This record gives sequence, C-alpha cells and structure tokens, in this order.
Amino acid sequence: MSARIWIYGDDVNTDVIFPGKYTYTVSDPAEMARHALEDLDPSFAKEVRSGDIIVAGKNFGCGSSREQAAFALKYAGVAVIIAKSFARIFYRNAINAGLPAIEHAGCVDAINPESEVEVDLRKAAINVDGTKFEFPPFPDQVMAILEVGDLVEYVRKTL
Amino acid sequence: MRQTLAEKILSEHAGRAVRAGEFVIASVDVCLVQDGTGPLAVRQLQKIELERVAHPDKTVLFLDHAAPSPRKELSNDHVLLRRFARKTGAVLSEVGDGVCHQIMPEGYLSPGDVHVGADSHTCTGGGLCAFATGMGSTDVAIAMALGKTWFRVPETFRIQVSGKFPDGVYPKDLVLHLIGMIGADGATYKSLEYGGETVDAMNMSSRLTIANMAVEAGAKVGLFPSDEVTREYLQSVGRGDAFRPISPDKDAEYERVIKIDVSKLEPTVSFPHTVDNTKTMTQIRDMDPVKIDQVVIGTCTNGRLEDLQVAAAILKGKKRDRDTRLLVAPASRAVMTAALKDGTLQTLIDSGALILPPGCGPCVGVHQGVLGDGEACLTTQNRNFVGRMGNPQGFIYLGSPATAAATALTGKLTDPREVI
Repeated sequence: MSARIWIYGDDVNTDVIFPGKYTYTVSDPAEMARHALEDLDPSFAKEVRSGDIIVAGKNFGCGSSREQAAFALKYAGVAVIIAKSFARIFYRNAINAGLPAIEHAGCVDAINPESEVEVDLRKAAINVDGTKFEFPPFPDQVMAILEVGDLVEYVRKTL
Repeated sequence: MRQTLAEKILSEHAGRAVRAGEFVIASVDVCLVQDGTGPLAVRQLQKIELERVAHPDKTVLFLDHAAPSPRKELSNDHVLLRRFARKTGAVLSEVGDGVCHQIMPEGYLSPGDVHVGADSHTCTGGGLCAFATGMGSTDVAIAMALGKTWFRVPETFRIQVSGKFPDGVYPKDLVLHLIGMIGADGATYKSLEYGGETVDAMNMSSRLTIANMAVEAGAKVGLFPSDEVTREYLQSVGRGDAFRPISPDKDAEYERVIKIDVSKLEPTVSFPHTVDNTKTMTQIRDMDPVKIDQVVIGTCTNGRLEDLQVAAAILKGKKRDRDTRLLVAPASRAVMTAALKDGTLQTLIDSGALILPPGCGPCVGVHQGVLGDGEACLTTQNRNFVGRMGNPQGFIYLGSPATAAATALTGKLTDPREVI
C-alpha cells in the first residue's frame, strides 16, 4: 500500500494543527494523534495511516511555539512533511521530534493527491511519479536526531 | 565590524565574530517556559534524568496561560512546574503575577542577553535589546539544562521609522501595518531591527508591543537598540545597573531596508483569520458595520499601563455598549497596581469593564472569555487564527487599545479618531 498524500495550502498554523485547548490537557501520544489537524481537516486524524505524507504551501506551522503540533503529526503516523516553506519554530520542533521537514516548492507543485511519492532522506531526493527532485541534504547531526527518534533520545545517547 | 544588532549579540555569546547565515553554539542567559509548554519541557528532562537548570535565578517558570487554573489537569501541570522549581532552584512566577513577556523585561532581562522561551512571543524581549526568541519545549528544556543552544545567525531587515504618530494612531497600528505589508511569512527566519527618529523617541511599552509581534511576520527576533529610553526604563523597575548601551554599527549590512513614515498611518485592524489580513479605518468605513460581541484589552502585546491609560482616556465618563462585553487584563501585578493607584482601573470599571487577573487573559482560549459560535471579538492581542480564543466558530479582530476602547463604546468596529 503506498503512502497517502494529504495536500494543504499556505499558512497552516499550529492552532489548527493542535488546538491550544488540548495543549494544556492532552499529552498521551494516541490521544494527541486523534486531534491532529482537527480544526483544519477533521477527516485527517480518522483516516491517516503510518507512512503518510503531508504536502503544503508556504509558512507551514506558523504561530504558537507549541511543539505538540509536530509531535501530534508524528504520532498520527506522518512520515515526512514537504512544504514550500516552514515557519522557523515549527521547523526546529519537527526536527527535534524526529519528523523530517523538507522545503521544496517545485516538488510541492508537482504533487497531486494521486501521486506516487517516495522520499530518500540519505540521498536527499524525492521521487514524484518518476520525476526526481533533490533537496539540500540534512547535516549529519540532524540525520542522527532523525535516526535515533528525536532530540531527547539523541541527547540521552550523547551526554 | 559592520554588524547588525543580531550579529553583535550572538557574537558575544558565541565567543567569536559571527555573520548572518552561520550556525553557532551560543550561551543562553535567560530562559522561560509557561504552563502550556513547561510541563512537556520538564517531562523531557525527567526522561533523560537531566532535571537541572544551568542558571536557576534566570530560569523562570510561568503560570499565566491558564491562571487561575480552570480544570484539574491544568492544576496538576501547575503542581508539576512548582515541584520542578523547588527541585532545581528555578524561579516560579505564580498565578496572578502576570504574563511571562511582561515579567521578563520588568525583572530579568538585560540589554544584550540571549533569551530563549517556550512561547512564540518570547521575541517581546527584543524591545529591551535582548536577542529573545521562541522555541519548542524540548529545545528550551535542553537550553535551560545546558545553558546553551544552537542558532543560525539571521539576516536582518532594517525597519527605519520616521514621523510623528497622528492622534488615534499607535505603535500597534504601525506593527499591524508592517505585517500587512510584508505578509505573515514576510520575514521568516529574519531579524527585524527597528531604528530611526520615531524609534529613538518611543517609550519601552511601545517597543515591547512592536517586538512582541515580530513572530507574526515569521521573524526570529524583533530588536530595538539599547539607549536612553532603555536606561530610564530599567531605572524605573529598579534595575538601573542592568543597563548598557548597544546599537548596530553604522555600516551594518541589511538584507532589506523598509522605511515607514508613521505620520501617514491610520488606525489599522487585522481581520479574521490571519494577522496580515489588515484593513485601515478608511477601508473599514466603506464596509458594512462589523458587530463586536466582546472587546479584550490586555495580553503581552498591549496590557501595559500606557495601554490601559489610552483606553481609560477614551472610556472616561462613558459606558460600554450594552451588547458588548469589555474584558481588561493588566499584564502584570505591577501594571495592575499602578493602574489602581492612578485611577485607571476605576475609570475602566465605571465604564462597564470586567477586570481579569494579571496574565494572558482570554488570548489563547483556555480560560476566561471563550467566544460563542459566530461571535466576534476585537482584541489588543497579537494573533487571530481560527480557534485561537477557544472556539473555531469565533471571529477575531486585532487592533490597538484605542480602537478597542472606541469599539467597546459603540458595539461595532470603530475608528478611535471618531471618539477622541
């Protein structure tokens, strides 16, 4: 079964990814996953499967610093987010959560809901329906964070 | 050296001269977490058995977003933060002390500091010339335990401000205008550096308002120089010895220079549901009236004494519209006390306002003043996203304290110039 592609527009903010009212009450991973993207697309949390890909426009993850937004998407099973651009706090949070975030406007424009998309982080390449898009490779330290799971695991292993 | 303010401060903290675009490990002076983000930070440190803080007297845990707590889960999070403070020696800012971004300049931040906080509006500290920026809980947890973090040194947009504010137009209108002009992602990852004759004359309250909203344009920091205004402010809060002057080099390199003449500005309002969806009062006058059910004056953006005084001057001797609730949340205990002593609070109460405890107020929608379905709110806060005030069926408009006060009088979006 290939990954499902979830396509969203510009300025998807952290208030719709993980509403503030839950930030203060919900911390169980499965429960967090059930509220992911709730105020933007209620079907997402119901239908998302492990390995799915989010594709979005510019400024993905803008707004609140709440890291729960990145974790909720990770816990929901999202394997990678490809966007035209990311808000900087979300970008840091995604990497720290072990959720790869890739900026590539051309690739985003090439993807439709039926696309076959494969992402190779080590080779820094995305294959969309046979067309290859390259992105700047993640630095070694970032790859190490992604591979051990998240920043906390990484710090535990390197302290 | 040709350095911007951001390059200057990060150079000091990296131990070498750094330029925009470089990655640096920098020492961190001051850290904050709040009751929404702090519990996750604490749990992350517990997970790796690193329950310590590098600088206990400059690490502050704030109970402000849900304070006093409206439900038991949040109360338990407060308990967790209090315990962590006792264990590590970190400072706890209790329920009712005020909102983090007001307490930080009042009591902890100094010009030239590097300050990270698990809250996107940590950039408020740039008003005091601190390299202050928001990050996630885990990032801040590691920074407060180790006393350092990594940064990419940001490129800088210089915002050159000239002219005198017309009556009814305030620094909030300036920053809304700027965000409307460059867009919600117009300055992603950049430093916004403010300067010019209007900035030189601007009080600290105004600088903090403008710095607070840097993140709404995507920026990493919003920096003001440290000058005589900074010195006077620090003296006024009893910390005169924290002052040192800092300014960018005359020949610093900027990615972009944006010039704004404030004498040409109008009162400006952000319409639902993005901050960059701005309209001037001239545009609003040509539209159908916008009915407002709730007005909020306060928050880390506009809850300072000067803000409450502006609102009180407009509301003095008058009553709010009977169908429009008026909620006022002073930003801190010090602000509340000053507004009590000078009569500002009495004026607001007489006009029909409800005074909320110092703190975040209704801004983030976890306590106090959640909107009903279809209701509209005009608030002095910094963000109007769908669901922000606790209900995705609500409509949030952002404006200055003067616009808020004028709107409370009429019950619809109102140009403050019509009532002053």
